[in-house]
Amino acid sequence: MLSVEERKEIESKLADYPNSQAMSIEAMLIVQRHRGWVTDESLRDLSELLGLSVADLDGVATFYNLIRRKPVGRHVVHVCDSVSCWIMGVERVCSQLCTNLGIALGGTTADGRFTVLPIVCLGACDHAPAVMIDGKLHEDFNGQRIEEILAQYE
Amino acid sequence: MERPLTGNFRADREAVSLAEYERAGGYQGLRKALQMAPADVTETVKNSNLRGRGGAGFPTGMKWSFVPMGKDAPHPKYLVANADEMEPGTFKDRALMECDPHQLIEGMIVSAYAIAADIGYIFLRGEYVRSHERLARAIAEAQAGNYLGNNILGSGYSFTIHLHASAGRYICGEETALLNALEGKRAHPRTKPPFPQVSGLWGKPTIVQNVETLCNVHHIVNHGPAWFRKLSRTEDGGTKLYGVSGKVKRPGLWELPMGTPMREILEEHAGGMRDGLRFRGALPGGASTDFLVEQHLDTPMDFGHVQKAGSRLGTGTMVVLDDQTCPVGMVWNLEHFFAQESCGWCTPCWSGLAWTEKILFAMEQGKGSLHDLETLTFQTKFLAPGNTFCAFAPGAVEPLQSALKYFASDFRRHIDEHRCPWR
Repeated sequence: MLSVEERKEIESKLADYPNSQAMSIEAMLIVQRHRGWVTDESLRDLSELLGLSVADLDGVATFYNLIRRKPVGRHVVHVCDSVSCWIMGVERVCSQLCTNLGIALGGTTADGRFTVLPIVCLGACDHAPAVMIDGKLHEDFNGQRIEEILAQYE
Repeated sequence: MERPLTGNFRADREAVSLAEYERAGGYQGLRKALQMAPADVTETVKNSNLRGRGGAGFPTGMKWSFVPMGKDAPHPKYLVANADEMEPGTFKDRALMECDPHQLIEGMIVSAYAIAADIGYIFLRGEYVRSHERLARAIAEAQAGNYLGNNILGSGYSFTIHLHASAGRYICGEETALLNALEGKRAHPRTKPPFPQVSGLWGKPTIVQNVETLCNVHHIVNHGPAWFRKLSRTEDGGTKLYGVSGKVKRPGLWELPMGTPMREILEEHAGGMRDGLRFRGALPGGASTDFLVEQHLDTPMDFGHVQKAGSRLGTGTMVVLDDQTCPVGMVWNLEHFFAQESCGWCTPCWSGLAWTEKILFAMEQGKGSLHDLETLTFQTKFLAPGNTFCAFAPGAVEPLQSALKYFASDFRRHIDEHRCPWR
């Protein structure tokens, strides 16, 4: 079941568009903000609310990078793997980050605290490498700063 | 030197509020535009030589002139700000939206007025959370100030703006793919014609413009096309946001006259290479542009001159390659991005780019062969303009084709030594 808040947020944005199909991406992002990912059950609920088939919704969900159809940890660390960050050594920083957390890229820590995912250019190329944690940008990310930054996320 | 786009930025990089924006002369361009006929606004923009800042460089005023006008024109008409900044190495629109959100809003209203648009969308990258917060606040302020909404400033003209957060895919920057994304579909590009100016969002006339392009429009109306043309050092009007990333002393973003030479940007503004490193080349306008090398450093960075040098101005944000970084590895990173971001609609693109990436990865692992070099060259021809559904794949192979030309010996060393010499 969609929560009252989810439903309210979705309905408040419906007026921005001439039909409910255009709302589907936004609606999935709203569900994801509340649950961390888009579950099969929420796809069915959204299908009912928006009058679209589950197949249509899933087709859209799987096209876009930021819609997750698998569960993640409490905090999602997005590591930029595009060209400027690559030049500035993101490969090394990323493997150090994964080693510290004891996971592979794409994995979730055993305590469910962090998931580390790759992401394309975050538009912070003059302060590369860049990572984004729960939507907050951290620039000039390097090996020395890993622990200090992760400590901000319980 | 005049800096219309960034002159208003606060030192602390917080967003300029409506009150601050108005004190600095904000919304004067809009007031002036509302006194003009829409066609005259388009004519003014045409005369300014403003060309699109998203990468393709299409003349803005000309694009608008294809929109059906008059009382028989279909409505609603749409104006979409392409704020899907996702070209690797590009970080200019984020600065414009975070630091001076009203500038984009004013530019959008004036542009919308010129084409008699009813509804606007800002198609914003989902990752640009700070831009989202600041734009949402600025839109609310503009609504409260009657710069948006019904009967704007008593003119009889009405226009609203909705903020749309995208869920991410590089192809959404392609304007017809963007329209499909806004409609809630998979973001495959559409067949052209019909062009969006005639049949765009939900089949209605639609103009899609990059953020930086829109930010110029009300300045042009306010100060006139002659003023705008004079800002530039060459024939393309205006200033340009230039960026530099990579191993230079001071990576950053600067608003400079259009046509500022590459060398001046790299040496005077970015401070030159870091100590001990040598310049080998640069992608002048993001990931999908051909490498330029030392012999091109005096190229004025505008649309025509960069093209003559064999590349594209693109987004005007350079990515610098130094001599301690492997050019093959860099091209692998770029093709990895493009292979991943291909929308999958047409076979040459999804298949050719995956193949290309695989070969480059093998080369980096010391497993490349001379035959692979031929295959890479073949891919650059096979994915050239005309062979694919949209401009994605031709852009994707631009850095590859120029790397094969300028860094041929580096590719050879990977094959001959069975390893990456930089690892």
